[in-house]
Amino acid sequence: MRYLPHTKEDIEAMLKVTGQSSLDDLFNCIPDDLKTKESIDLPEALSEWELNAHMEALASSNIACKEYKCFIGAGSYDHYIPAIIPYLISRSEFMTAYTPYQPEVSQGTLQGIYEFQTMITELLGMDVATASHYDCGTALAEAALIALRKNRKANKIAVSALVHPSHRQIIHTYINPAGYEIIEIPYTKEGLTDVDALKDMDDIAGVAIQSPNFFGNIEDLKAFKAVAAAKKGLFIASFTEALAYGLLKNPGYFGADLVAGEGQSLGIPKSFGGPGLGLLAGTKKQMRNLPGRLIGKTSDANGDEGYVLTLATREQHIRREKASSNICSNNGLNAMTAAMYLATVGKVGIREIARQNHDKAVYLKASLEKAGFESSFDTPFFNEFVMKAPVGFEQKRTALVNDKCTFAGMSLEKFYPELKQHYLFCATETVSKQDIDQLVKEVQ
Amino acid sequence: MKEISDLNLPEDVKYTKDHEWAKLDSDIVTIGINDYAQDQLGEIVFVELPEVGDTFSEGDEFGSVESVKAVSEMYIPISGEITEINEALEDAPELVNESCYDSGWIIKVKPADVSELDNLMDKPAYLDMLKG
Amino acid sequence: MNQQPGTSGLIFNEPLLWDKSCKGRCAMSLPKPDVERANLDESLTGDAPELPQLSELDVARHYTRLSQWNFGVDSGMYPLGSCTMKYNPKTNEVQAARQGFAAAHPFAGDKFSQGALKLMYNLEQYLAEITGFDAVTLQPAAGAHGELAGILIIHAYHAKSGKQRSKIIIPDTAHGTNPASATLCGYESINIKSGENGILEPAAVAAVMDEDTAGIMVTNPNTLGFFESNIKEIADIVHSKGGLVYGDGANMNAIMGVVKPGEIGIDVLHLNLHKTFATPHGGGGPGSGPVAVVKALEPFLPIPRVEKDLDSYKLITDSPDTIGRLHTFYGHFSVMIKAYSYILSMGSKGLSDVSKLAVLNANYVKESLKGTLNLPYDMPCMHECVFNDEFQKEHHITTMDMAKRLLDYGFHPPTVYFPLVVEGAFMVEPTETESKEYIDQFIDAVKAIAKEAKDDPEKLHKAPLLTKVTRLDEVTAARKPCLRG
Repeated sequence: MRYLPHTKEDIEAMLKVTGQSSLDDLFNCIPDDLKTKESIDLPEALSEWELNAHMEALASSNIACKEYKCFIGAGSYDHYIPAIIPYLISRSEFMTAYTPYQPEVSQGTLQGIYEFQTMITELLGMDVATASHYDCGTALAEAALIALRKNRKANKIAVSALVHPSHRQIIHTYINPAGYEIIEIPYTKEGLTDVDALKDMDDIAGVAIQSPNFFGNIEDLKAFKAVAAAKKGLFIASFTEALAYGLLKNPGYFGADLVAGEGQSLGIPKSFGGPGLGLLAGTKKQMRNLPGRLIGKTSDANGDEGYVLTLATREQHIRREKASSNICSNNGLNAMTAAMYLATVGKVGIREIARQNHDKAVYLKASLEKAGFESSFDTPFFNEFVMKAPVGFEQKRTALVNDKCTFAGMSLEKFYPELKQHYLFCATETVSKQDIDQLVKEVQ
Repeated sequence: MKEISDLNLPEDVKYTKDHEWAKLDSDIVTIGINDYAQDQLGEIVFVELPEVGDTFSEGDEFGSVESVKAVSEMYIPISGEITEINEALEDAPELVNESCYDSGWIIKVKPADVSELDNLMDKPAYLDMLKG
Repeated sequence: MNQQPGTSGLIFNEPLLWDKSCKGRCAMSLPKPDVERANLDESLTGDAPELPQLSELDVARHYTRLSQWNFGVDSGMYPLGSCTMKYNPKTNEVQAARQGFAAAHPFAGDKFSQGALKLMYNLEQYLAEITGFDAVTLQPAAGAHGELAGILIIHAYHAKSGKQRSKIIIPDTAHGTNPASATLCGYESINIKSGENGILEPAAVAAVMDEDTAGIMVTNPNTLGFFESNIKEIADIVHSKGGLVYGDGANMNAIMGVVKPGEIGIDVLHLNLHKTFATPHGGGGPGSGPVAVVKALEPFLPIPRVEKDLDSYKLITDSPDTIGRLHTFYGHFSVMIKAYSYILSMGSKGLSDVSKLAVLNANYVKESLKGTLNLPYDMPCMHECVFNDEFQKEHHITTMDMAKRLLDYGFHPPTVYFPLVVEGAFMVEPTETESKEYIDQFIDAVKAIAKEAKDDPEKLHKAPLLTKVTRLDEVTAARKPCLRG
C-alpha cells in the first residue's frame, strides 16, 4: 500500500526496539476477549485506476453534468468559482495543516483567517466575526443559545417561519434538551415575517429573522430590531445568500446584535450541501459571548506583527462544562476559500455580481409571468422568488431534469403545505438570458 | 510563583477560602481577589464584572477573572447589592496583577447583613489554610 | 537522511490584503450583463462593501506567500497527539472535485442524486462494519458535533424511557469537548479519576453510577494512549443501572481490525473522518464526525437518513423518535467522499495494517525517547505516548521550550500540556504514514534538544529562531483584542 512506508526490515528493526516479537504482540495489552474474532468485511482494495472508474460512475449518476442549469437555491447557490480559487486553496500548506495552535508555523492560516474575519465584518456591518462555524443553521442555533443564556427571565426564542426550514429544525435540536422553546412568527400575504404577530409575543430572549428570507423576499430588519429591543431580547439576523449583501443594506446597519449566515456562495462548491461555511458575527458587546475561534493581531518577542488564536477562555478546552459551546474544529478551509473569493471579486466585483443576480432573477420572474405563472408575492427580492405554477408544470419540470439537466425551481409544498403548486425559483450570474428564454419556452 | 512567605496579605482585610478579600468601610464592603489568587492566575487579561444594582447571596458567583489559558470564578463573601464596579478594569485588567488591594479592587457591595463578614478568615487563619 | 530537515530560507513579507488594494482593480472576469438592469428601491440598497481591489496576480502572490508561512503534513512530520495527522492522499481530492459531486445541488431530489446517496449509504455500511455497530449517521459536521449528536441520542433514549436523568460520568482523561457537550444536553458532569496505571478502574465508576446518571463518556484508547482494558466491566456496571456508554472514537486509528467498539459494551461512538480516515484537517476543518450506534439507539439518529430500497436510494425524514436535524443538508458530503475513497483504497487488510503500524511507530518512539524525556506511565502504548518535562526542570526548560525548538529542527511539535492528568505533557502520535527514517530524524531532534537544554538553555528559551515570527504576545492579544483590520 503506497501510503504505508514500512518495509519488512523496518518492521523487524522497530519491533526489536519495542521488545515485541510480532505486530500482533503490540496488542497484548488488550484482553483477548475484547478483540474481534472477525476481520473487517470490506470490498477488496482498489488501485487508483479502479477507484477513478468507480468514483466517476457514482458521480455521473448524479444529475450535475456539464450542461446542467440550476434554477434552485434554497440555501445552496450556483455561482461561478474563478479558477484561481480551487488552485490556491489546494496548496497543501493550507489543506494539510491542523488548527493553528503553534502560531509561529501557522501565520498563513492565521493572517488568512484574520483577513476573512475583517472582510466578513465589512460585508455584514458588524464589529466581530468568528473564524467560522459549520453552516448557517448551526451558527444560528449558537446565536439562539447566546440570547437564551444571557437572558435570565425569558426561555423562548422567536423565529420567523421564513427562516430556512432546516435551520428552524436545527435550532430546535440544539435548544430543546436544555428546556428552551421556539415560537414561530407567522408570515403575511406579502411573503414577509409578520412583525405585528411578534409584538404580541412575550418572554422572548431573542428574535431571529432571515433576510432575504426563504421566499427570497427582503425583510424590513429595522422594524424587527425595534420590537426585539423593546422586549429586551437580542436581534439575530440570518441569511443563506451572502452575495445579497453586495447590494443590500447590511444587518449591522439595522442594528443586529448577532448575525448568523451561510457563506457557501463565496467560492465554495455546492457539494450536495456540504461542507458550507457558517458565518457568525456580533457587536462588540457580544464579543466574549461568541462561541468558536477568533484570531487576533499581536506582536512577537522581536516586535514584529503576527497573529494568534485569542480569547480562548470562552472555549470548551478551558471552560469545559461552562463553555459557551462545544465547537472545536470549524470550517476553516472554507473560510479561507471565502476570503480568497472576496479578495478576487473585490469591491467592484461583488457589487456587479450581486446586481446581475438581482437583474436575472427579475428577468426570470417577468418571463415566467408571461408563460402563465402567477407571482405569489409582490415584494422586493434578491435572487429568489416564489411563483404559482400552471397545472401540469410538475411533469414538465421532471422531464426537464431528465432530458435537459435543468432544474426548474423547487416545490414549496413539502415545507409549507398551504403553498400547493408554488415553486421557489432562483437565478444567479451563471444563467444567461438565453438559458432563461429556453427555460420559459420549455415550461410554456 | 511566589512562596507563601512572599505573599502580600494585609492585616486590615478579611479572606475567603476562594482567595477573595473583603474590607468594610463605613457601610460599604469592597471586594477583590488577593495576592495569592492573582499570582496563581498569572497575567490577567479580562475581568467579568456584574452590573450595578445586581443582588447576590453569600457564596454566589458574581464574576470571573481570566488569564490567557485559565478562568477562575469569583464568589461573593457577603449578601447584598452591588453599588459600584471597578470600571477601570475593562481597559486595564492588569490592575488586578499590579495592585490587587488598591486600584485593582473589583466590586463594592451594600451588605444585607454585616455580620456575615465574621465568617471570613483573618490573615493568620488564611495563612494556616494555605499551608494546609 | 542524517541531516535534519529544518533550515533557513527566504521568507517573504506580505501585507494585509487591503494594504495592497488599488482602486479600480478586480481579479475576477465579470460576466457581461445580458438582461436589463433592474433597480431596487434605494431604501433597501447600501454601499458596496469595502473589499480590497486587486489583480489576479496580487491574489495569487498573496496566498502563495501566506501558504509558505504554514506547516502542513506535506511539509513535515506532524506528531500531534490525539489529532492523527496522517498523510492525506491526493487522489481523494480528485474524487471529491468530480463535477457530478461538486456541482450536485442538495435539493435536486433523490431520483437525481443516486450517486451521492449510494456513496453515503455504502460509507455508513463500511463504518458500521469497521466499528461493529448496527447503524451510522454521517450528518455531524465535526468530532464535537458528533459528540453532541451522541449525547443527544442518550438524552432522547432516556426521555423515551419515561425518566430523564441529570448527570453523566466523565473521566479525567477525556477530551475537553466532553463536558461542554454534556452541558448542552443539561447533564451535570461527574468527573472521575483514572487509576494509577492510567486507565479507568471499575470501582471508581461503580462508586458514582446510579439511576440518575445517564451514562459515561469514555475515550478508548484514552488520551494517555492506553487501551481501557476494563471497558467491558465498566459497561456492565453502567448498563446494570440503566445507563449508556458513549465512546469517543477520536483514537480509532489504533484499533481497526483489532477491536470493534460495538462488540465491547459501547452503545454509541463518534468517529473523526479527518483523523482516522485521512481527510485533510484544512487548518481547522471542515471535518466530519459520523456517529455509530447499537440497534436499540437507531430510532434516535438524526434525520434525514439514507435508506436503500431494492436498487435505489432515498432520504427518509419520517422517524418519530429522532433527535432531529443537526445540519442544513446531509453533513459534509465532500469530506465523506474522501473518506470513502480512502477506505476503498485501503481495503480490510490495509486498514488493519494502518492500526498495527500506527501502534508500532508510537511504541518505537516511546522506547527510543524514554531515557531522554520522562515517561510518567511506562507501559506498552497504543497509537500515542505521553512524556513530560520532568528531566529538564533542573535546567529550567519546559515542554513549551522544547516544542518551540522542534520547529527550528523542521518538525511540528507534539500536543503539549494535554492530557491534563500529566503535568507538562508532551504527547506524540507519529501515525502510520511516517517512515522509520522520518521517525528516527524526529527522535534525533528531540535528543539534540534535550542536550541543548543542558548545554545552552538560553537558546531554547528564545526558540523558535528560524520561523516567520517568534513567540507571540498572547497576553496583549487577549487584553486588547484586535480582531479585524
